[in-house]
Amino acid sequence: MATQRLLDVQRVSRSFGGLKAVSDVNMQIDNGELVGLIGPNGAGKTTFFNLLTGVYEPSEGKIVFAGDSVGGLKPYEITKRGAARTFQNIRLFGDMTVLENVMVAYHTHAKHNFFSSLFRLPGHFKGEADMRERALEFLKIFKLEGKHEEVARNLPYGEQRRLEIARALAAKPKLLLLDEPAAGMNPQETTELMNLIRWIRDEFRITILLIEHDMGLVMGVCERIYVLDHGQVIASGTPEEIRQNPKVIEAYLGQEV
Amino acid sequence: MLNKRFFLYALLSLVVYGVIQGMIFGEVLDDTYVDTLVLIGINIILAVSLNLINGFTGQFSIGHAGFMSVGAYVSAIFTVNLEMNFVLGLLAGCVAAALAGLVIGLPTLRLKGDYLAIATLGFGEIIRIVWLNTDYVGGASGLNGIEKITDWTWTFFLVFATIVIIQNIVNSTHGRALVAIRENEIAAEAMGINTTKYKVIAFVVGAFFAGLAGALHAHYFYIIQPQSFGFIKSFEILVFVVLGGLGSTGGVVLGAILLTVIFTALQEYPDLRMIIYSLILILTMIFRPRGLLGNWSVKKALKKKGGDSHGNTTSA
Repeated sequence: MATQRLLDVQRVSRSFGGLKAVSDVNMQIDNGELVGLIGPNGAGKTTFFNLLTGVYEPSEGKIVFAGDSVGGLKPYEITKRGAARTFQNIRLFGDMTVLENVMVAYHTHAKHNFFSSLFRLPGHFKGEADMRERALEFLKIFKLEGKHEEVARNLPYGEQRRLEIARALAAKPKLLLLDEPAAGMNPQETTELMNLIRWIRDEFRITILLIEHDMGLVMGVCERIYVLDHGQVIASGTPEEIRQNPKVIEAYLGQEV
Repeated sequence: MLNKRFFLYALLSLVVYGVIQGMIFGEVLDDTYVDTLVLIGINIILAVSLNLINGFTGQFSIGHAGFMSVGAYVSAIFTVNLEMNFVLGLLAGCVAAALAGLVIGLPTLRLKGDYLAIATLGFGEIIRIVWLNTDYVGGASGLNGIEKITDWTWTFFLVFATIVIIQNIVNSTHGRALVAIRENEIAAEAMGINTTKYKVIAFVVGAFFAGLAGALHAHYFYIIQPQSFGFIKSFEILVFVVLGGLGSTGGVVLGAILLTVIFTALQEYPDLRMIIYSLILILTMIFRPRGLLGNWSVKKALKKKGGDSHGNTTSA
């Protein structure tokens, strides 16, 4: 058992009324893989992410994550089992500081409970100091240490993206789900992001699944790619295979893949 | 650092308490002033506890007077009908209000925004109507003959305890969870926060302290009637919070003090009272749309000042 299966999506579908946004999707991801999910607009990529993270419940099929079936669990329960995500449209805690944003991610791992905070028992002080210290360390890794007192909504766009990834990683996930991390970034920022993603995978030894529109990024960074169109997986394989797959070319209609 | 600040505050509050207690003892302050002081204290407890729900957690609740009435009635039932002592009555009032908060919070906190506001308003009214139709507590004429036990000392120390406990919650990982829910509920849940649980906790703690305020109120004014805990009272508490600044404990305390004083001072001009009161609200909302203190906090202000002086020394 050198490689272990982390995520096993078995024939998952999700319909909204008459529309099947995701239909019959199979996906297997092993520990340590860096997998991409691409597809034209409206292909169901984000819906699929929402199924994985518990925002939606699958209409059919089964999602097995880290050995447990997670279909129908609430988002916070899935996060506690080790899946953390970022959002297509950044969702930071805008009025909180950069440091507090990261500290929220440590909440699930907090050792001091509500009552020890309520009555300021010794556990509270130790727990809070510990959290703060770890969050500061973490911000250093993401080159945000000088800005930890800044309110998150005042950060420049690129740093907001970085902070969101940092926050997701602070939750100590086994699986990191990135929803269009390069959206709105210029080519140079995208290149930096590619390096960051690779580095995260190696440094934190986690599995990453990312949705992306930027072909350069997906082809450059992912080991395996799934292509979604009209809610169905139309192809999967290495970047090379995907590049030459006629179905994929057709789906993107004329776009060079 | 944090402890030092706490003791500084505690010391300062004790001085304020001592001075006022001395003035009451020396009969510098007569009964009307004490009335106002106790009323201010009760209103601070109400404002600070509602601020935990509305300001920090961002759940717009406007049924706070309902929980206050639970505290008032239950504590009065304990001391008058069951002839128990005051402390037990206080405790029973708080716990009963917290339970009411739990029962009402569990179903209504699934709602968001306006819908939650309407639902909490409705539940507040339901509680009032229950008292109105219960003969055991005097129905419309209210519960009479409650012994006057609340005084400046009781009020002061319970206000102090309320603020300390609410601040303890807010300045902790649990408080950050609450603020995260306000800032972005979807992201909060994606970060592993059980949003329903935390919303209910905020609601229950808020209701608990509203119950405390109610119990103090009941044991100061001899009599409690259902109509004192209607929609108008809920609205009054909401105004303290919004005017003071949602999410700023210092702000809502200031809001409660200011509005109570203005309201009391205007008692001699009943015709003008509501006009002036509403003018103040309109002006505040025009010039300070985020409330008197916005989301200003002593902690943040101190940090900023520290940073500035540091900058000055390096440049000089």
